[in-house]
Amino acid sequence: MPIDKSMNVLIVDDYKTMLRIIRNLLKQIEFNNVEEATDGAEALAKLRGGSFGLVISDWNMVPMTGLQLLQEVRADARLKTMPFIMITAESKVENVVAAKQAGVSNYIVKPFNAETLREKIEKVLGHG
Amino acid sequence: MADHASDGLAGRLAEIRARHPQSEPGMVAEVVHAVLATMSGDLSAQETSLLAEVEALGHTIAHAKAEIAALRVDDIRDNHIPFATDELDAIVEHTATATNAILTSCELLDQVAGDLTGEPATKLQDATTRIYEACSFQDITGQRITKVVATLKTIEAKVTQIVETFGNGAGGMEAEVSAPTEAALLNGPQHPAVAMDQSDIDRLLASFE
Repeated sequence: MPIDKSMNVLIVDDYKTMLRIIRNLLKQIEFNNVEEATDGAEALAKLRGGSFGLVISDWNMVPMTGLQLLQEVRADARLKTMPFIMITAESKVENVVAAKQAGVSNYIVKPFNAETLREKIEKVLGHG
Repeated sequence: MADHASDGLAGRLAEIRARHPQSEPGMVAEVVHAVLATMSGDLSAQETSLLAEVEALGHTIAHAKAEIAALRVDDIRDNHIPFATDELDAIVEHTATATNAILTSCELLDQVAGDLTGEPATKLQDATTRIYEACSFQDITGQRITKVVATLKTIEAKVTQIVETFGNGAGGMEAEVSAPTEAALLNGPQHPAVAMDQSDIDRLLASFE
């Protein structure tokens, strides 16, 4: 079954240029329904108030980090199975382990390319 | 004889300490010199040599103190570090402006690609994809610069502590406060020579399954 590219995707980053880049890369792989949040709290509010099929989040944000957002998502009965990809410059083993323990679906290290983004999305949506 | 001299020396040093409770390094040399002059007949050769070494140490400390004072740490703190951080902030701002201009042009090219078909459309979209990927440099360099600014501030704090310790005798070095668990994880981009790449991360993630 093909991926439903009409799903709503939430991208979260406190750096607006990065949101713009990810939005454009998603558009190129035909994900056109993209919403943005610039911090964890805004993301959580959008997730709880809307219907999304995928979250792509940065880690290093304040006041709520991407890891805390992930933990909140996994603790929420309605959102706990939400596919969640972390995109971050943090590339140490302990970071990947912490993210995995918190329930991340996949992990992309910056700088990344469009092919990696496409591949990880397909994998977490069950087509990889 | 030696015990008598030691007792006498201890008494005289205690007296000097009582008169100068906040002694300066330079004063140590002065005191030792005075003690040597007044006790020359009471001291053994070993004690005289030891006191001479203490005197030399006092001179060394006083010299080090003068050198540290000459560093003009207030100038470093008030001018050099703010200048460096302002310059780094400006770099981030300028590159952000340039990156957004590039992205605007790239989005326009994407629209043009949408009006084309076949190989030209594919080539143009491939090119814009590469530009989007490359533009993420702005995020990475911004995080690296933030790390440099944090390092500058740490240097500033350490130098200030050293000068306070030597110059004013106000307290010692404070122990480093251990960071909260997640804060310790937030280190920003790693140096390419030591960083894990995407394939390392994929292998690590796969090891959990």
